[in-house]
Amino acid sequence: MMDKKNEEDGSGNPFSNLEKTSVLQEARTFNETPVNPRKCIHILSKILYMLNQGEQLGSTEATEAFFAMTKLFQSKDVTLRRLVYLGIKELAGVADDVIIVTSSLTKDMTGKEDLYRAAAIRALCCITDTTMLQAIERYMKQAIVDRSVEASAAPQLVSALHLMRSSPDVVKRWSNEAQEALNSDNVMVQYHALGLLYNIKKSDRLAVTKLVAKLTRSAPRSPYAVCMLIRTACKLMEEEDAGTESPLFDFVDSCLRHKSEMVVYEAAHAIVNMPRTSPRELAPAVSVLQLFLSSPKPTLRFAAVRTLNQVAMTHPAVVTACNLDLESLISDVNRSIATLAITTLLKTGAESSVDRLMKQISSFVNEISDEFKIVVVQAIKALCLKFPRKHGVLMNFLSSMLRDEGGLEYKASIADTIITIIEENPEAKEAGLSHLCEFIEDCEHTSLAVRILHLLGREGPKTKQPSKYIRFIYNRVILESAARCQMDSDDEVRDRATYYYNILDQQQAALNNQYILNSLQVSLVGLEKALQAYSQGPADQPFDLRSVPVAEAAPTDSRAAAPEGSIASSRKPEEKVTATRQDVFAEQLSKIPEFQQLGPLFKSSQPVELTESETEYVVQCIKHVFAHHVVLQFDCKNTLNDQLLEDVTVQLEAADGFEVVATLPCARLEYNVTNTCYTLIKLPDDLMATVGSCGATLRYVVKDCDPATGLPDTDEGYEDEYLLEEVELTVADHVQRVLKANFGAAWDEIGDQNELEDTYALSAMKTLEQAVKQISQFMGMQACERSDKVPDGKSSHTLLLSGVYRGGAEVLVRARLALSDGVTMQLTVRSTDPAVSEVIASAVG
Amino acid sequence: MRLGMPDPSLYCVKGMVILDNDGNRILTKYYDKETFPTAKEQKAFEKNLFSKTHRASAEIIMLDGLTCIYKSNVDLFFYVMGSSQENELILMTVLNCLYESVSMILRKNVEKRALLDNIDVVMLAMDEICDNGIIMEADSGAVLQRVAVRTDDIPLGEQTVAQVLQSAREQLKWSLLK
Repeated sequence: MMDKKNEEDGSGNPFSNLEKTSVLQEARTFNETPVNPRKCIHILSKILYMLNQGEQLGSTEATEAFFAMTKLFQSKDVTLRRLVYLGIKELAGVADDVIIVTSSLTKDMTGKEDLYRAAAIRALCCITDTTMLQAIERYMKQAIVDRSVEASAAPQLVSALHLMRSSPDVVKRWSNEAQEALNSDNVMVQYHALGLLYNIKKSDRLAVTKLVAKLTRSAPRSPYAVCMLIRTACKLMEEEDAGTESPLFDFVDSCLRHKSEMVVYEAAHAIVNMPRTSPRELAPAVSVLQLFLSSPKPTLRFAAVRTLNQVAMTHPAVVTACNLDLESLISDVNRSIATLAITTLLKTGAESSVDRLMKQISSFVNEISDEFKIVVVQAIKALCLKFPRKHGVLMNFLSSMLRDEGGLEYKASIADTIITIIEENPEAKEAGLSHLCEFIEDCEHTSLAVRILHLLGREGPKTKQPSKYIRFIYNRVILESAARCQMDSDDEVRDRATYYYNILDQQQAALNNQYILNSLQVSLVGLEKALQAYSQGPADQPFDLRSVPVAEAAPTDSRAAAPEGSIASSRKPEEKVTATRQDVFAEQLSKIPEFQQLGPLFKSSQPVELTESETEYVVQCIKHVFAHHVVLQFDCKNTLNDQLLEDVTVQLEAADGFEVVATLPCARLEYNVTNTCYTLIKLPDDLMATVGSCGATLRYVVKDCDPATGLPDTDEGYEDEYLLEEVELTVADHVQRVLKANFGAAWDEIGDQNELEDTYALSAMKTLEQAVKQISQFMGMQACERSDKVPDGKSSHTLLLSGVYRGGAEVLVRARLALSDGVTMQLTVRSTDPAVSEVIASAVG
Repeated sequence: MRLGMPDPSLYCVKGMVILDNDGNRILTKYYDKETFPTAKEQKAFEKNLFSKTHRASAEIIMLDGLTCIYKSNVDLFFYVMGSSQENELILMTVLNCLYESVSMILRKNVEKRALLDNIDVVMLAMDEICDNGIIMEADSGAVLQRVAVRTDDIPLGEQTVAQVLQSAREQLKWSLLK
């Protein structure tokens, strides 16, 4: 036997690995006479199975197969015939000329074989078109009202409904027959008849009303029909904008007491979905649903909890009665039911039950999928807003969820929820922020961590102890900047640094805008050191950013577009954090005991030659400016190979106000070896007096020596001195360049209390470019917004400069230049310190 | 989850699916061209559906905006899908009808081998239960009556001795089952 043969296949599936062309080839068997039913059934099954698996047939293939199938009408085998109908239905869409089977089908439709009739009609309706339909209309109508048991009207009605799409006018003529079919005993017939009638009449509201009215009086026996009726009634109510006073509502309400569960549920569902129902009207529906909650059938529980969840959105009080039943569903085997139960409870729970609920949820949450977890998180958010006093318990819960496994979207939703809670509920802020801090310590989602840092930056300063948060942020920068610099995170690091500036500066009277838009450039290494020192020391005073040495501004083009500015601007994002030149000096100087009490290094100047070139001794001077002192570093070189200098110092004739505190000699100056000696000067308090020049003389003990060996001839040398050029301390020496990305905002921020304005004629300047260069140089400040570039052919220009003065005062300069027989300059200086404004204004002399 | 009232319509089933215990399709019928336009979407859906249901015996699940009711036995999984707004209890009756019908066709031996051996009858049964999304019949007895393979239709000469004996046994069983 065919079947037994295939059992030996071994694969377990006789239909696996069906190959389309070979199967279709087999269809040739259909042409054999007499027809072998078993064989053909098997082949036909294979074809149908193959189609079911998704195999596509081209129209030629389909047509051929279709034609082959028609040969099978010869057989009287019932199963075969039925399968042929199936095949016709399957292929009707793809094959051509399918109407050839019409006569065979019509014959079956009107024939004696009961089992064929209904199926034939259905098949026929699949291949028929409107004109043909009219020809068989008579038979269709007859079949609809046929009361014989076997050929129930259901298939005809159903087919009629399908035909409504293509030939509505024809089908509409059958409404009488359909009406009659309503009275059928068969439950499915009633159902289909109603469906068809509604479909025919639905554009005529009066007709529908009549239909519904009639049926609501004598309710159909079929529960399916009643469900259909409920829906139709509701649709009517919606269209007429009828309220609950309508008799239609009474009908639906009465269905709550129907003996079929299906109907009861449909009614409850309908009532819940009606607009403008009062709690009193909802109550019976809710109690019915409550009964379902404890049904042994999961589908019932699911349907009920889902509907209750919907009610809870608009009328939570009504659902409260079900809370106990809902709580028992939290441990339901079906996770969807459990989740719905929880989210419903979260909407209806009382404040007192929140703690208990949270306990129950925690155990459950790990087992559900991320999408459901997000649903729970949303519900918790709503709950927290509803019961602000419970934020403690709820946030603990949320933070433990944060610590567990989960994808980015899920964790982001939790973080968002915590953030919302913080924003809405000031009491929750401390707890919320610390939860978030803990989270970023160990968070693998960088984008999320950055967002949280953003928040910390914004909210941290407003808290009572902002220093707490500095630690977390500092950790992030230190631990992650080096490693992560390689990744696409220069934005990130800048963001982070910017945001912690927010915090630090907010402690000193919020200069919010300024620090977001124009961050203070500070040497990163220096800042790190300073923070380290700060966090190790007692943290009772706020951290003073001004104590951190400022890094020199890098060329403007690398950062013209960055709204956040950047730190340690000399560093490119791809490199590791490198120390600036200034950092190196700071390091060196800090090793010298005499200079350790000076505080942080503010600025180191470029080397200045104090001797002409090609002289016997070459001396360069670097001025290291501290808060109240200047360390002059003299790098000396002895170019005479027959001399050895010892005990070399530079003696200064201090100008008024300057006080020479100490001189550190350099022990030996051998031929061609550069060595250093230092002089420490204390600056006057009056800023105007800090500009000046000091005479400088090189003092030393010289010993003649053998040029070849470098060894001195005698042990005793003689004192001598060598005059150097004067050491000048200019305004620029006290100013560090600082780039302001948004000059305008900074200008407004500083305000005009310490503004000085004056107009000068710069007769020595011949061009605007020259003027721009000189002014920047004299003042030692940074040109902002590319104002150092003067466009060609312009006769006027505005130069914007910014810097920070020794001691930390910000200073901004706006110089309006006009070229006409020399350069005229209108200089406006703004600073946070009036003395600084004065000094700067005087720089251009 | 926005639930609304479904429109008054008889088209309430979106699909009926029978999978084996590896998630492979045995028989399927999809009635919604919008949700499941081609075999590709159908198979993707089946894969997803199987992965979420073959371990849990939870009976009902919401997936991709559809409500799916399911039942399994030995190595077969039966699913009925409807829109998320559909009355879940109605879908359940369809599933019950499908399952019961198949069970009776296979003489209570609801497993893959048996189903494949009788796939022709099962196909007919599915066709009797649901037509293009409209529930035709929800009573498994009625379904069975319409698809009952009555071997006494085949002339004696074409059957082997074994078959005759077999069909005699079947007839007896049938009359007992009725």
